[in-house]
Amino acid sequence: MAQVTLDNVRKVYPNGFEAVKPASYNIADGEFVVLVGPSGCGKSTMLRMIAGLEDISDGALKIGDRQVNKVDPADRDIAMVFQNYALYPHMTVRKNIGYGLKNRKIDKSTIEAKVQEAATMLNLTEYLDRKPSQLSGGQRQRVAMGRAIVRDPSLFLFDEPLSNLDAKLRNQMRIEIKALQRRLGVTSIYVTHDQIEAMTMADRIIVMNGGIIEQIGTPAEVYHSPASTFVASFMGAPPMNLLEGRVDGGMIRVGDTVVGNTTLAVTGPVTVGIRPEDLEPSVGGQLRIDVSIIEELGAHRLVHGHIAGQALTMQIGKDTAIGDGPIPVAIKNNAVSLFDHQTGNRL
Amino acid sequence: MKRIKLETILDHTVLIIGSLIMILPIVMLLQMASTPDIETIKNGPGLVFGDQIPVNFEKAMFQADGFSGANTGVRMLYNSMILGFGFAFGKIIVGMMAAYAIVYFRLPFATMAFWIIFTTLLLPLEVRILPSYEIVQKLGMLNTYQGLIIPLIASATATFFFRQFFRSVPEELVEAARIDGAGPIKFFIDILVPLSRTMIAAMFIIMFVYGWNQYLWPTMITTEEDMFTLVRGIKQITQSIDNTNVPEYGRANLLAIIAILPPVLIVIFFQSWFVKGLTESDK
Ligand SMILES: Nc1ncnc2c1ncn2[C@@H]1O[C@H](COP(=O)(O)OP(=O)(O)OP(=O)(O)O)[C@@H](O)[C@H]1O
Ligand SMILES: [Mg+2]
Repeated sequence: MAQVTLDNVRKVYPNGFEAVKPASYNIADGEFVVLVGPSGCGKSTMLRMIAGLEDISDGALKIGDRQVNKVDPADRDIAMVFQNYALYPHMTVRKNIGYGLKNRKIDKSTIEAKVQEAATMLNLTEYLDRKPSQLSGGQRQRVAMGRAIVRDPSLFLFDEPLSNLDAKLRNQMRIEIKALQRRLGVTSIYVTHDQIEAMTMADRIIVMNGGIIEQIGTPAEVYHSPASTFVASFMGAPPMNLLEGRVDGGMIRVGDTVVGNTTLAVTGPVTVGIRPEDLEPSVGGQLRIDVSIIEELGAHRLVHGHIAGQALTMQIGKDTAIGDGPIPVAIKNNAVSLFDHQTGNRL
Repeated sequence: MKRIKLETILDHTVLIIGSLIMILPIVMLLQMASTPDIETIKNGPGLVFGDQIPVNFEKAMFQADGFSGANTGVRMLYNSMILGFGFAFGKIIVGMMAAYAIVYFRLPFATMAFWIIFTTLLLPLEVRILPSYEIVQKLGMLNTYQGLIIPLIASATATFFFRQFFRSVPEELVEAARIDGAGPIKFFIDILVPLSRTMIAAMFIIMFVYGWNQYLWPTMITTEEDMFTLVRGIKQITQSIDNTNVPEYGRANLLAIIAILPPVLIVIFFQSWFVKGLTESDK
């Protein structure tokens, strides 16, 4: 088990493209960290640098107390689970799981015992003699997990391991992976572009955008105090409402409506962020929202409307009745985030 | 009653006619191999099968017609086998290794190296046969198996096919193997070779038949009778027609049949692999 430390780690591809801008952070021993961000933001590049599959252009990477910049992937004491499982198609499940151990010249009986143990943990015992082509997607993913587990690594790396599974299986595997990680207590870095996976699995989330780390924090921090408008709009479905507003003498206004007040020493234009679920219809509400569409989602409903000419979404309970046209809406306490009008950074 | 489609009848007619055309020469061979040579001379190829097969087989396999008595059918069969297998294995091994180097290692000029190898497809053996002969001769490899096989062992075809195949192997598999601690040699032997087995089977068929059917090259490289190959030996028998009273058609034809058999067996044997490889979707 180990902590991971990045010190100004940067990646420039041979074609000159800087996929990861200098990044520094620390992952504690046993922590489950999720790297999340839109496609092409450099998540995989970051993970692959930690795995050793991609050279680190600049900076220092430590796993445990050892600087591993130049260490071969096989010697970094890591295990990786790939998006497409990357199982060896010609080997049985047993051989797939044991292959890494065999290469470490571990004796046969020990390998067999470890494979059995991993297979039991993952409910794979009855499939040990099958080839990967004879397994379902979820089972293949489990084999890939097994291959990672048997090596007793000090660090697990996952690159979108669930994105090839259907929604139901994904939910199930998500819980299984998280539970397994808890049980084994192995430090893990998990890449995904699915913010639900990030929210549910992570101890801490690293949100990336365009090669830059936008925010590092617990799921609650990232969700409730997004560090930038990018994080605000990326995390959460539906995303946070971002409205053009201004601050005058501590009063936050959107159009002519006062949506709250602030103790921050700002005046002038700002971006106002409000989560859809922090809005609720209320007779005494200070906002007037012009409702245009109501989306029925079963457990709740999404109300799309306008305030001061800007689009806004509100999430309401399935039993809350609502009419068309302008309705009064209240904002929950402390639910307003302010962002710099230009840079998008949290104020 | 199940109605047979016109289309099916048409398909089968074409196929049956095709196979008849393919089989006819072989039936002719059999017929002449079973008929006494005198009758073949008098009547030409006929429709009646004779009883001479055992006699001709005996002559074809165990009788030599050179000075040294070394070029019996058995000996020539043996030589051909060595040539065929040597060609097939050699070309597959060299081709795979070349493709491995080109695809998986960041060699300088790898792409150029590949295209240079590729252009040699435009230069078949016949074009460069004199320099090739000279080199073999200077190396003192005339009348040896090495001389027969090694100069032709580099194969642009095999390199090309293996390159295409290796490029289709998912990158993640390579990376998984790296993390699993498989070095370049282990990866090649443990992963790439087993994955390529259908490709190897296909190459084996092609290269074995290619080697087996070589005529010009063995004729140049081997002058000693104990090095003759079957394909060349058949020619030898028909050439000695001048000297004998009766040309030994039966013997030559029987030898031709024997010469057909190994490639046919190879194809049949590897075909099942081939089909299995195509239908069993591994990747
Ligand atoms: N070998 C390469 N050479 C040059 N640029 C590359 C290379 N590999 C990736 N990139 C670029 O680097 C950026 C980050 O790629 P990366 O694969 O890390 O994205 P990602 O965040 O994992 O995206 P996704 O969610 O789609 O997997 C992308 O813009 C990509 O085009
Ligand atoms: Mg990726």
